[in-house]
Amino acid sequence: MKTDIKLAWRNLWRNKRRTIITIASIFFGVILSTYMTSMQEGSYEKMVENAVRFYSGHIQIQNEDFWENKTINNTFEETDSLKTKIASVPGIQLVVPRLESFALASSKQLTKGAMVLGVDPQKEDQLTEISKKMVRGKYLKKGSDGILMGETLAKYLQVDVGDTLVLLGQGYHGINAAGLFPIRGIFKHPSPTLDRQLIYMDLGTAQNFYSADHLLTSLAMLVNEADEVPHIVKELKAKIHSPYRIMSWDEMQPELVQQINGDRDSGAIMKMILFLVIGFGILGTIIMMVAERRREFGVMVSVGMQKIRLAWMLIYETFIIGLLGILSGSLAALPILYYQYFHPIKLGGQAGQMMVDMGFEPYMYFSLAPKVFTFQVLIIFIIIVVISIYPFVSALILKENKALRA
Amino acid sequence: MSIITINDLHKVYDGTQVEVHAVNGVTLNIEEGEFSALVGPSGSGKTTLMNMLGGLDRPTSGQVLINGTDLSQLKDSELIDFRLHHIGFVFQSYNLIPVLTALENVEFIMHLQGVPSAERHARARELLEAVGLGDRLNSRPGQLSGGQQQRVAVARALASKPRYVLADEPTANLDSHSTENLLDIMEELNHKENITFVFSTHDARVVKKAHRVIVLEDGKVISDEVREKVGASNSNE
Repeated sequence: MKTDIKLAWRNLWRNKRRTIITIASIFFGVILSTYMTSMQEGSYEKMVENAVRFYSGHIQIQNEDFWENKTINNTFEETDSLKTKIASVPGIQLVVPRLESFALASSKQLTKGAMVLGVDPQKEDQLTEISKKMVRGKYLKKGSDGILMGETLAKYLQVDVGDTLVLLGQGYHGINAAGLFPIRGIFKHPSPTLDRQLIYMDLGTAQNFYSADHLLTSLAMLVNEADEVPHIVKELKAKIHSPYRIMSWDEMQPELVQQINGDRDSGAIMKMILFLVIGFGILGTIIMMVAERRREFGVMVSVGMQKIRLAWMLIYETFIIGLLGILSGSLAALPILYYQYFHPIKLGGQAGQMMVDMGFEPYMYFSLAPKVFTFQVLIIFIIIVVISIYPFVSALILKENKALRA
Repeated sequence: MSIITINDLHKVYDGTQVEVHAVNGVTLNIEEGEFSALVGPSGSGKTTLMNMLGGLDRPTSGQVLINGTDLSQLKDSELIDFRLHHIGFVFQSYNLIPVLTALENVEFIMHLQGVPSAERHARARELLEAVGLGDRLNSRPGQLSGGQQQRVAVARALASKPRYVLADEPTANLDSHSTENLLDIMEELNHKENITFVFSTHDARVVKKAHRVIVLEDGKVISDEVREKVGASNSNE
């Protein structure tokens, strides 16, 4: 095998220019495809992170009916047993209790529907970092009787820090929920939708407001590694059953998943076209290599080389080309992506503004996840395997007497 | 003792309009140690017969027996293995592997046979020295003249220690000096090692050296002349 690989290696360099051009096509293809994949995956990672950090967390535990019917009646109590079960699952970084419902928010002359979120201020801040988004006033403290509200909502209701807001809603089991709440702070939420409707309140205050003592609508969780979410969900589902429901971020945000998948598919088509061009380039080289050495193959088989051994030698040649292209391309792409990972591309103009309006940072982020590289390696490997069928079969069906006359 | 026995050998190609009888009922015995030439005009069936003698082509009917082995009974892979261990080939256009040096080209056959590295290295060196190329061991075919390449091809043909070498127009691309030189080497090997050589040739210089001249025409043997062995007569003197 060593001699056959040596022979394959030397054969490749018989026509240096052709081999270098073929390797270069893979090299640039890998760089381009890796760059595209890294940018896509980086953007998706950021979108998911934003979605998780904006509100949902990676995983939520809810009352089993809450997702379909988001009323204050579909709540649950965070029992010691539930806490123990959650604590027994590794990989969960943070568990954030919430009581979520709706209420009418009124200022002197204006009224608007709002989403009231009762939270543990400290834990909530670890998840959503809302204290960093404060534009006026101060962040909530545990036991505070005041509220925080989105800047757009405050603007609509023409209120500011120090003013009082009337909240009117329906409490647990139909009890009236009404109260006056001083505005302690105004935040600018990155999600325009949430900025238009979100009101934060201390969890105890909210439970009191909705007459839902000790009750929660959800436990939002943050995990250490986003990739571990499916595994953690599986473990939680194995331990926690009815009347609870475990939901991952992708179940809670199907539109985002759809958007990512759609974008991934269009990227896949682009990459498919790119790899198709590269694949045909390699195939052209291999066909030429086989055609111009037909007589030589005839000699090799005539003097006693088994056809299967010749076939393997040609496979080595094809694989060496692929391997050199993949390795050189990946090695060249790595520092480029490393730089882009720490220096994302800032989007200016309308595109940037559009992203800001959608609540995202106006940057194109890059990913250094292993899958960014493994994907290219896998695709080129598959291309090489498919292409190597040609020289392999050519060697096996070779007629030595005809090949000697080639 | 016959090393090659050919019994009523036929090879028919299906042409577009008519069948072509490239070899038409050839029966021959080639004795061990012969230095024979197959001659005839183009289209007489020399190359087809040589291909069948080397197991590179299969007859339509008839038999080629080499040391009692019927080549037509062997499967493709067995035939390749048989060639590797029993037959040496010298081709018209040298057909060396261009990316290997002279030494590696000769070693290649032994490598296929699974001969250990040190042993094949020593034998390849010995063979190249025997054909006068001891100083060109590490030259690649492109760095050698036609005559030198053909001598490497002879060394390669002998690397597997065959009892039988088939040479298809080995001097066709060589000048007079290289031809003489090559023929002397092969004749010497024939005398010293008793290796059987069968040439297909147009070349009068090869015919002159041959101990047996078999003339083919239209796929049939029309003349079979056995001459006195030059080497044998010399040794008798």
